[in-house]
Amino acid sequence: MHERFDEITQKELADNRAAQHVVKVCVAAGCLSSQSAEVKTALEQGVNGRSCKVKGVGCLGLCSEGPLVAIEKHLPDGSSQNIMYQNVTPEDAPAIMESLDKEPVARLLCPTDVPFFQRQQKIVLENSGEIDPERIEEYIAADGYRALITAVTEMAPFEVIEQITRSGLRGRGGGGYPTGLKWVTVAKAPGPDKFVICNADEGDPGAFMDRAVLESDPHRVLEGMAIAAYATGANEGYIYVRGEYPLAIARLKTAIRQAQRMGLLGSNIAGTTFSFNINIRLGAGAFVCGEETALIASIEGRRGQPRPRPPYPAEYGLWGKPTLINNVETFANVPTIIRKGGDWYASIGTAKSKGTKVFALAGSIVNTGLIEVPMGTSLRDIVYEIGGGLPNGGVCKAVQTGGPSGGCIPASYFDTPVDYESLKELGSIMGSGGMIVMDESASMVDVARFFMEFCMTESCGKCVPCRVGTVHMYNILSKIYQGEGTPRDVELLEKLCDMVSVTSLCGLGQSAPNPVVSTLRYFRHEYDELIAGANGSQTAVAPTTEVAS
Amino acid sequence: MKRQANVRIKTLKIDGIDVGAREGETILELARENGIHIPTLCHLDGVSDWGGCRLCLIEIKGSNRLVPACMAQAEEGMEVFTKTPRLVTYRKMILDLLLSERNHVCAVCVSNGHCDLQSMAQELGNTHVGLPYLNPSLPVDATHPYFIMDHNRCILCQRCVRVCREIEGAQTKGAMGRGIEVRIIHDLNEPWGQSLTCTSCGKCVQVCPTGALLQRGKAVGEMVKRRDFLPYLQMMRED
Repeated sequence: MHERFDEITQKELADNRAAQHVVKVCVAAGCLSSQSAEVKTALEQGVNGRSCKVKGVGCLGLCSEGPLVAIEKHLPDGSSQNIMYQNVTPEDAPAIMESLDKEPVARLLCPTDVPFFQRQQKIVLENSGEIDPERIEEYIAADGYRALITAVTEMAPFEVIEQITRSGLRGRGGGGYPTGLKWVTVAKAPGPDKFVICNADEGDPGAFMDRAVLESDPHRVLEGMAIAAYATGANEGYIYVRGEYPLAIARLKTAIRQAQRMGLLGSNIAGTTFSFNINIRLGAGAFVCGEETALIASIEGRRGQPRPRPPYPAEYGLWGKPTLINNVETFANVPTIIRKGGDWYASIGTAKSKGTKVFALAGSIVNTGLIEVPMGTSLRDIVYEIGGGLPNGGVCKAVQTGGPSGGCIPASYFDTPVDYESLKELGSIMGSGGMIVMDESASMVDVARFFMEFCMTESCGKCVPCRVGTVHMYNILSKIYQGEGTPRDVELLEKLCDMVSVTSLCGLGQSAPNPVVSTLRYFRHEYDELIAGANGSQTAVAPTTEVAS
Repeated sequence: MKRQANVRIKTLKIDGIDVGAREGETILELARENGIHIPTLCHLDGVSDWGGCRLCLIEIKGSNRLVPACMAQAEEGMEVFTKTPRLVTYRKMILDLLLSERNHVCAVCVSNGHCDLQSMAQELGNTHVGLPYLNPSLPVDATHPYFIMDHNRCILCQRCVRVCREIEGAQTKGAMGRGIEVRIIHDLNEPWGQSLTCTSCGKCVQVCPTGALLQRGKAVGEMVKRRDFLPYLQMMRED
């Protein structure tokens, strides 16, 4: 198998080198929505016999400046030179093609020597923006599927798990549960039938990491799942992807077909006794289906509602069989860990949070887009260095991490290293990686109200605290925000926060009060001011920044 | 009770009382066997457990999380507490949430005096509701020849859904919508009277804890529910 891969790699490299210029157009959802497909067509029409190859690639990262076009110029000495263009329109295509052998088009140039590109360390996103997501050959040429072949032909399942455990990889979906431990429990669960599920039901407002990975490098996720299946003894896999991601679904389907054709999925992978198939299941727009037991119910064709755990899916999961559920990004880390070793991965990051994390920067920030940084990078670096600060030199007030389950971190805590424990201590969570940056104009009460509305409408309605409690909390927040609140409302709000988080059935309800709790903790003065205004009181309320939670 | 071979016996403590359990028995079953009362609204002997009402939450020593007694299984050496001050406070608040959710007006209800929700309020000492009423505008489905479904009194315990699916096997009842918008529906949200799958067995009416499901022609306080048939049916099936 490795020989066949070498052959493909060589052919790909030769094809690539044959052209003097490789023009890479981003065809992920962000750029596509600003006409990158038309840009690609215009560029292809402009080739006109030049030694030039135009191809579509995955996300190049800087989504706010899309469509992005990267050009790789092969110099005679064998090295290559890279430039990037931003905000390219189809009308710019002739100018770009004309300039290939001359000076680049200055007005479109996107500087790549800035922290946004320099400070990143790419593992999950290493191929995105480099390879064509619709061609398996390019993934193989980028060392793809080698980890799977190595695992199934040269390693025992427990050795694979050992590497994952050593890497210190933790679940990237939000919880941060040690991945190695999860794999061990599924591997040790008895029974011939086991399942591997990839949770691609990314639903946090402002998060688009998993979407970019699936659209830019779908084979990486399939490879990670196949390795996980080999390690845990599963031979059937499901990808639960939300229906709102049509492009990701289309690319996954293409990728699965290609991998099956090459014998990398299906029966007797690489001539061994290991067989593994992957099916796609589409979510129908319910946020709660990202919760693992609700996701399983949905795959089984039932109403997407969680059930109390234990028993955990590792013991009693899909169709009652032991089931491994990991997030897209977790699986995407696996091939690299197997290829480069767990110890290598563990050398990146902080003491308890290893490796890198992909974040989606959104909100009031210059460089909206996707970044991958080592764990432990400070929020200040992420917002001001990599993110380029706020538009028009604005001042950042807080960053919301972890979506509706997370919290708001005020600017005074920006030197905190971003890892699972530190964020938890600040009353937020890592979550799946969405980061919403807010400037001075943002009302924190309104932010809390927004997320509470989200949880209220996304609650499945099974347990009473989440179904009714979120409605009461939303009503109180609205009342306070509209300047009709009383001090008693805040008291009641705090009581409800505690009760809903402790008594709710699943993670959605348990974490729904987090945005309220964290804004009450750091921005209590905003609540107090709105209430003081409502009661016509002229006494200034002293701003308190720290209130025991 | 069905006898099983190779069943292991566990010993544990509930509220300081030593109890013996068969493997797989839930804390709720055990507590009842030993005369310890744990409040619950969605549990129903004879059908599967749901874990949705959150009234039977208990504390287990060494764990921070509260778990529903109806689904927590007995473990060797477990120490369970069912009436800590914390639990009592949460139970009262949860009941407040339920009472504020829809339009529970006992004075005009067919189940007045025979209502599980009403008894629960008396038991937990909820003399008044500490939250603003949501007062939703909800319909009454009176299309069925024998029964009526009044959504104003429904607490979404899903007893009717489970008994319809698991005992009668008709699967007429189901749930629709999300969050506060969840409604009990018949078939694909058709009027009950037009349901082609409903066998009119009336089990759902008998198991409903409140006056949400009632027999036609009952006046205030007249709807008394009969639940004794359920465990009997279940036992007959097992043997």
